[in-house]
Amino acid sequence: MNNSLLLYILMIPSLFAILLLFLPESKIRFVQWTALAGSLITFIASLFVWFGYDKALGGFQFEFIAPWFSAIGSSFHFGVDGISLPMVLLTTILTPLAILASFGIKEKIKIYMALFLFLETGVLGVFVSLDLLVFFLFWEIGLVPMYFLIAQWGGKNRNYASLKFILFTMGGSLGLLLSIQMIGLTTGTFDLVKLFELWPNISQSGFLSTVPLGLSLPTIKAIAFWAFVIAFAIKVPIWPFHTWLPDAHTEAPTAGSMLLAGVLLKLGAYGFIRLVIPLFPIESQRYAGILAGLATAAIIFGALSAFAQKDLKRLVAYSSINHMGFVVLGIAAAAYAMNVGDKGIIESANIALNGSILQMFNHGLSSAGMFFLVGVIYDRAHTRQLDDFGGLWAILPIYGAIFIFTSMSSLGLPGLNGFVSEFLVVRGAWDIFPLATALSMIGLFFTGAYVLKAIAGLLHGPRNNQWLQLKEINVREIFVIAPLMFLMLWIGIWPSWILNMINNAVILFF
Amino acid sequence: MEFVSIPSNDFLAILPEIGLLLLIGFTLLLGVFKKNDKNFLGWFVAIGLSLILVIKLGFLNPGSEQHSAWGGMLQVDAASYFFQIIIIIGAILTVLFSTNQNKFEFSADYLALLLASVIGMNLMAAASDLIMLYLAIETTSIPLYVLAGFMKKDQSSVESGLKYLFFGAMTSAIMLYGFSFLYGFSGDTNLFKISETISAGLIPMGIQILVLLMVVAGFGFKVSAFPFHFWAPDVYQGAPTPISGFLSTASKSAGFIVLMRFLMTTFSSNPQNWMVLVMILSTATMLVGNLLALLQKDLKRLLAYSSISHAGYILIGVASGSQLGFKAAMYYLLVYLFTNLAAFGVAHIVETQKGSSQISDLTGLIKSSPGLAFAFLISILSLSGIPPFGGFVSKILVFAAGIEAGMVWLVLVGVVNSFIGLFYYLNLLRTAFSSGEESEKLRISPSWSLALIICVLGIVVLGVVYTPWISWLNFASTNLISLR
Amino acid sequence: MGFPILSILIFIPLFAGIAILIFGRKKPEAIRPVALVAASLVLVLTFILWATYSIENAGYQFVEQFSWLPELGISYHLGVDGISIAMLVLTGLVVFTGVLVSWKINDRPEEFFAYLMFLATSVLGVFSSLDLFMLFFFLEIAVFPKYLMIVIWGSPQTRVYGGMKLTLYLFIGTMFAIVGSLAIYFVSPERSFDLLILEKAGFAASVQKLWFPFIFLGFAILGGIFPFHSWAPDGHVAAPTAISMLLAGVEMKVGVFAALRVAIMLLPEGARYWSTWILVLATINVVYGAFIAMIQKDFKYVIGFSSVSHMGLVLIGFASLNYNGLLGAGLQMFSHGVMTALFFSIVGMVYDQTHTRDIASLGGLAKKMPFAAFGFIIAGLVSMGMPGLSGFIAEIPIYMGAWQVAPIVAIIAIISIVITAAYILLTIRKVFFGELPAQYEASVHDISTKDKIAIGLLSLFMIGIGLLPQLMVPLIESGVNHILALLGGV
Repeated sequence: MNNSLLLYILMIPSLFAILLLFLPESKIRFVQWTALAGSLITFIASLFVWFGYDKALGGFQFEFIAPWFSAIGSSFHFGVDGISLPMVLLTTILTPLAILASFGIKEKIKIYMALFLFLETGVLGVFVSLDLLVFFLFWEIGLVPMYFLIAQWGGKNRNYASLKFILFTMGGSLGLLLSIQMIGLTTGTFDLVKLFELWPNISQSGFLSTVPLGLSLPTIKAIAFWAFVIAFAIKVPIWPFHTWLPDAHTEAPTAGSMLLAGVLLKLGAYGFIRLVIPLFPIESQRYAGILAGLATAAIIFGALSAFAQKDLKRLVAYSSINHMGFVVLGIAAAAYAMNVGDKGIIESANIALNGSILQMFNHGLSSAGMFFLVGVIYDRAHTRQLDDFGGLWAILPIYGAIFIFTSMSSLGLPGLNGFVSEFLVVRGAWDIFPLATALSMIGLFFTGAYVLKAIAGLLHGPRNNQWLQLKEINVREIFVIAPLMFLMLWIGIWPSWILNMINNAVILFF
Repeated sequence: MEFVSIPSNDFLAILPEIGLLLLIGFTLLLGVFKKNDKNFLGWFVAIGLSLILVIKLGFLNPGSEQHSAWGGMLQVDAASYFFQIIIIIGAILTVLFSTNQNKFEFSADYLALLLASVIGMNLMAAASDLIMLYLAIETTSIPLYVLAGFMKKDQSSVESGLKYLFFGAMTSAIMLYGFSFLYGFSGDTNLFKISETISAGLIPMGIQILVLLMVVAGFGFKVSAFPFHFWAPDVYQGAPTPISGFLSTASKSAGFIVLMRFLMTTFSSNPQNWMVLVMILSTATMLVGNLLALLQKDLKRLLAYSSISHAGYILIGVASGSQLGFKAAMYYLLVYLFTNLAAFGVAHIVETQKGSSQISDLTGLIKSSPGLAFAFLISILSLSGIPPFGGFVSKILVFAAGIEAGMVWLVLVGVVNSFIGLFYYLNLLRTAFSSGEESEKLRISPSWSLALIICVLGIVVLGVVYTPWISWLNFASTNLISLR
Repeated sequence: MGFPILSILIFIPLFAGIAILIFGRKKPEAIRPVALVAASLVLVLTFILWATYSIENAGYQFVEQFSWLPELGISYHLGVDGISIAMLVLTGLVVFTGVLVSWKINDRPEEFFAYLMFLATSVLGVFSSLDLFMLFFFLEIAVFPKYLMIVIWGSPQTRVYGGMKLTLYLFIGTMFAIVGSLAIYFVSPERSFDLLILEKAGFAASVQKLWFPFIFLGFAILGGIFPFHSWAPDGHVAAPTAISMLLAGVEMKVGVFAALRVAIMLLPEGARYWSTWILVLATINVVYGAFIAMIQKDFKYVIGFSSVSHMGLVLIGFASLNYNGLLGAGLQMFSHGVMTALFFSIVGMVYDQTHTRDIASLGGLAKKMPFAAFGFIIAGLVSMGMPGLSGFIAEIPIYMGAWQVAPIVAIIAIISIVITAAYILLTIRKVFFGELPAQYEASVHDISTKDKIAIGLLSLFMIGIGLLPQLMVPLIESGVNHILALLGGV
């Protein structure tokens, strides 16, 4: 039952990237369109997966297994379910848009585009991997193109930011790597489908014979759990591991920020859902409260920090921490429900997790859109300081409208996508962590505050005549933002097309 | 008048020496007629020696046989045979190196003296009687004293001859004193008889040890072992370079066979005494030789110290007192013959044309005479014990013997010493192979190239092919061991 | 016995070297082509070995045996197992690329290429030896080409010191190993230097415990074990480019390979007894090496110390004495060899044009030599254990092996990954990105096509094995299984 469609999806971007390297540097247009074509083909292929996925059947589909490192029991095992498929779709949608958004880049265009395509492979690999080691492989591979994108095409402080980004993430992954090794060693396999069965049920006797740590099994499991959590928490990022994020986002080039916020942050949350909860159900349940607390902190502090920013891009960056806090809150709620028999709680957890995953998708859309819009204005004005702007709506009416629309999605205006997912999370988490949920509602209030502050600072207020000559958003840029706006609206109005898919996988959790 | 009938065996035993004697006569005679063509004399002697070598190799190989000749004066066996061959080859190469040069008067006298010392060495290799032994040693030494001081106009050469004479005379006197004890206690001069006396317990232990010390002083001088090595650097430096090479190889080999034969026969009953003594000598010799070599600026002096240190390595083989040990020592000496003669040969060539033998004179050798530089490279690498050259396998054999005999610490001393040795050997190579300014090409006469080619071939062949020589050495070492 | 492919492999460079030495002076234009042809033949032959070695049958294959000195049990005995084949392929690659990047050597080229060929013979011989004496024989042949190449063509400031230090360390290490080997030779029931016979000798535990440190440490010095590692950076930095590649890429592997083949495989009980100490030293290697690399200001020293760090991982793999550890060590030997060869080749290319190795005074070179930057980045990623490249494939099993015996080692050693990432990324950024100093604007040009081929070939192997480890893993695995049988058979 090997289906190589996923393999193709992984390989197409990389193949196009390699192809790009052989094209002449001078033919900028040609390079750009080739890159766009590569990412669009990937997108179309992912649509085949989306529509080919049999919701009635559920579980992992489009599975592909090929030997990789059989000596230690690892293989190329790919497959998608209702959790990973939206993420795959998100990635394949955002990459062509990011590439389209970078048509303005002139410098070293070949490598720039190639890095984007490599990045796409890396990210998609994480989402479709069903092997722990292969998961880690793609997890780390994705860092490299991002590092170079920031370091080469970033802002003034790019060297510091890029190094901080990669070292934080790699450092965070060390514990993950060690735990992966230990798990693989103990169970003799890295295959996730098998591990979901084996690892949670491993017994003390079978364990100690291979890994003589001198510690008891629960302790080791708890340590491994935290190693996983820290690695993913850095990536999400969860407060207090978030400090790399504003630097990286601010310094990254526009398209880099789009993918970083839109897709890369999801990797961490995806890791929680795909690995941490199924592999460590007992620990997840035990420590879910701490997770919820951190999520609340992220929501509140993220919002407050965003509110304090004067730089528009930093503001959007902090908003990511705030929004991802909701994702984590939902995950925490789901974690709490593991192994708890109570039907009501499971019901709520189910809703929360659905909300989380949808929130991941939505945040991908809105943050990518926001970063793009910041990029659009920065390209023209070469500043991002809110104080420098004002009254732009009058000058750039179309841009202004789009900006407000996208901000509203980010804010969670009912009728747009953000509202649906945040509502689901809050509704689900309320039963489980009432205090945390209540506190995060305060965070939600500040979310409104900073979004409005951004709108006010940029579009309203006294007109700064310095900007009279600013050009209106052009057609290419509208092509970038239009699909995002369409999806925001569509999910806001009719979320069930995607929720069905998600729920299909989520119900298997409990 | 009645002729004493001499057994043919006895004749055969000294046939090469008779040949050498004849060669001396012819050389002196030719020297009168061919005063102006010295090189002709050189070739004549070299060819004569080669003929003797061929006869010896072709007809006089004793195989595993051993017997005594001349009423127990000489022992004819594979060991003496082997060493005589080493000595003759050494002499051939020395003669070849001695031709074509301007440092001293290369004459019939020179060659005759050299041949006379070869006779002495050949007899040393076979001697099994105290009288014979002493006579052979003196026959060897006296011509060498003269040869060492042969450059009459050169102060240092004369000094070196004198120094060699004084040291030699003193150590022979001590050795002779030791011999007198042996004769006094046993009433016999034959080594086997003396051995019987000792094993019968007729000589007190104290006297035995005293004799051992005295005799070893004599032999230690010949092999330039610590503490009888002081002459070596000065003499090697001052003497004509081919003679230095000859002293450090053939003469040393003769010293070693005497040492081994004497120790194995006379003191066979309680070998631990001399084994301990030789171990101590070995350690001290290696260390002194190598450490002092580090300080040298003159190539010949450096080679002198290195030669001392190599005596130390060979003594490891001797100290093990086993068949493997003797085999190793002999193989070492065979390799060392070619190796050190090549090194001294290069030193000689450089010295002849640059006027001095400072190490710095080697600079740029690779540019000016690449062939010579590679010969030097090979000999120095062989000295350092690097494959595929003979020095490697001989060093391994010596160490193996030491380990087999349980003397691991001695081998470790040897290891540390070869480490120190490598340091100064590599420095030599660096000098020879550094670019330096363009200097004129060194003139290398055909006889020198022939000698160098023989040496290099010897080093390489001995370093790669082992079986024929080793099986030959089996007989020799068995002979020595069975003397016990 | 069949076709003597191994002998041919070993002696091709030797004869090529001798020919170059003899005729090179008269026909200088033929030197490089001859060297290149010889190196290509070696490379092709190693590929043939790789392709035709039967993994199912495992064991030693392509065996050739002739008596050499039967009396002492010495024979000319060649044969390769999976691990040796990997090492031979590595040697083929490094020699081939070494010749390519040395194309511009103009000072006494005949000697340079001849010595390079001799060095190749030496390492090929060690990897194919099945006789202990022969192994030492080939091992020690390397002494003089190494030394002379460093002191003649090395970097003028340190070559005398660095060359001497390197040669002496390696020599003393080998000598200690020789002493230990002789000692076990004399206690073996059937006095023989044949490794296959010695493998079955079944030495008494006391013998093994006594002599293991001599042999293992002796060889491990060649692999740069702490605290005897300092020759490595000094020597490698002083050496000319091709020699740095060969020394760090292959010669260090020779050391650990011999430590495996002789010390661990012949004295498994000793290995078990001393494994804790090796682990301790190797862990220091890994972490200390990485830290020291981080504070270096000299481009080449960074790489020199990174080798120390990575070789520590090989030793950890050995000392874990289990399937994973040994498998990883075998892979790491190959991966590190290719990686460090690539590193040194690029350092050389940069130095050739800028005449400095001071990191602070370099910058922006990616503009001028993008392919070199690409190669350095690939090597850098391998060095930090980036998944998808060969370094990860090697490190994962090593860490897993360490987990099984001493988890603390895995936990400490893994820190080196982040440190490595930090210094590698900083070096990449400072040397290849940022501002190009004005004086290099005109003087620095792109690297030659030959250099690009070298970089491309080495990179290809690192990426290929990273993505498709099956290319190399079964080969190493077959060798590891044999070692495990010896370890278990005590």
